[in-house]
Amino acid sequence: MVAKIIEGRVWLYGDDVNTDVIFPGKYTYTVQQPAAMAAHALEDLDPSFRENVEPGDIIMAGTNWGCGSSREQAVICLKEIGIGAIIAASFARIYYRNCINNALPAIISPRVVEAVKKGDLLRVDLEAGEITTPSGSYSFPPLPPSVQEIFDHGGLVEYTRHRLSRQV
Amino acid sequence: MTGKTFAEKVLARHADMQSLSAGEIAKVRPNVALSHDNSAAIAEIFHSMGGKQVFDPRVNAIFLDHAVPPPTTKHADNHQVIRAFVEEQGIENFFDVGRGICHQVLVEQGLALPGEIVLGSDSHTPHAGVMGAFAVGIGRTEMASVWALGEIWLRVPESIKITVRGEFPFGVTAKDLALSVIADHGADGALYQSVEWHGETIEAMSISQRSVLPNMMAEMGAKNSMILVDQKTLNYQSERARRPFEPVHPDEDARYALTIEIDAASLEPLIAAPHSVDNVQALRELRGTKINQAFLGTCTNGRLEDLHQAASLIGGRSVHPGVRFYVIPASAEILRLAIDDGTIATLLDAGAVLGTPGCGPCMGNHMGVPGTGEVTISSANRNFQGRMGTKTSEIYLANPLVVTASAIAGNLSGPEEVI
Repeated sequence: MVAKIIEGRVWLYGDDVNTDVIFPGKYTYTVQQPAAMAAHALEDLDPSFRENVEPGDIIMAGTNWGCGSSREQAVICLKEIGIGAIIAASFARIYYRNCINNALPAIISPRVVEAVKKGDLLRVDLEAGEITTPSGSYSFPPLPPSVQEIFDHGGLVEYTRHRLSRQV
Repeated sequence: MTGKTFAEKVLARHADMQSLSAGEIAKVRPNVALSHDNSAAIAEIFHSMGGKQVFDPRVNAIFLDHAVPPPTTKHADNHQVIRAFVEEQGIENFFDVGRGICHQVLVEQGLALPGEIVLGSDSHTPHAGVMGAFAVGIGRTEMASVWALGEIWLRVPESIKITVRGEFPFGVTAKDLALSVIADHGADGALYQSVEWHGETIEAMSISQRSVLPNMMAEMGAKNSMILVDQKTLNYQSERARRPFEPVHPDEDARYALTIEIDAASLEPLIAAPHSVDNVQALRELRGTKINQAFLGTCTNGRLEDLHQAASLIGGRSVHPGVRFYVIPASAEILRLAIDDGTIATLLDAGAVLGTPGCGPCMGNHMGVPGTGEVTISSANRNFQGRMGTKTSEIYLANPLVVTASAIAGNLSGPEEVI
């Protein structure tokens, strides 16, 4: 299950970060396992990321995080590392859905992105819908109930398994 | 009561609702579920979900196009897994190596029809909106769930109405129109939204030119994009459609989040410079930039009309020494037609290199990836850093005339410079 409280350091990135730099396309049919995907996370964006990231850390970005290819490895590689949440001013829509489907918290909050800097320690309360930063607290709205249900199952794999088991 | 947009009407129909408005959630069954070389990975997720039989094998359409013919044993093994799954599941709409790029072949094969819902595990799925379908890209896990359950939730998007009037000047194509809109509104200018194309300029376009517009709207973050269904659409599908269909037309008085008016006569040839599609500059500003290779192909601009434009420029001329000019038709149908009418001969005589129908080097899998620090002019839709497999290379995007003229000149050029 997904932790309800997430605490971690901020990795801060800009606008329009695309999935080619989150997980390069040349690996899409040759790197298959999540652990191997994790080794290439943000490879072409921030070479220091893999060396220094710790489980629970939080990625923050400007607008349109995850634009470009639909490749889900760009979510899975970060989930595998143990990224606690991604907070952005906005997300590319397929990336956003991929986050929900992999139960990686994706929070849209333009205000909080402006208020933090790299390395800040953040606390995210998913149930209360609140992000606490060194400079103050910010609230974010809940997911629609039918979407929250997918998240609560731990992602779309478990949700679909649950649905299929009820059909039998 | 105000009218409804295409997105509101088509989703209401498929959700069996009287009416839906932007912001509401619709549960719908797709008419088509498109996947490609990623189908093996989707099948693995499908099985991990407890999936045994796909919900309806007639809905599945699977294409091998991203790395064809397979460049490595790993890629070939991936294809083997997909063929076994296709056989096991009784999926009839399977298009093996060499048939062409999923988005193009889906339309050619009459599998994406007016008023239908198309889901694809590929970000350029909105392409099928050229036929007046509601076509949306999704991820792998989502596709596995669609295979299992036969349904998906979709938020009804707000809509943008783009109306285009007037005639293009010489050397300007639908590609430049798309780049112009992306330049004005940015890479997230249509985020989560539906983009409708209206106006006499769109009506006058061939299906081939029209295809570029919904295809490129993926680069503006659009959920889907569509061309209004007219007699040209119906004629195109008259011999192709695999099943009856019912078009959906937006209401005249529909409510749009944004309306954009464009005078086609005001446009000029444009180029998306490295490393983002919204980093658009006029060709005249970049003219003379040295290139190492030119790539004509992809779902964006690899159709017969694009090859005709290339042949019309390069016939009797040659590819510049030291430049590679890769030509990869978007489908086997296009390749066959281009062989029959002499287009391929013209291109080969000029020194072009012909590839198997498929995605080619577009996302760096194989067949023409650039070397370290090299510069590519491409007719594709995406130029992100590392996209073509080489982080230090630079990718410029343009229309087929500019790609071909640049191949002849050895630097970024327009048709008027080589004629």
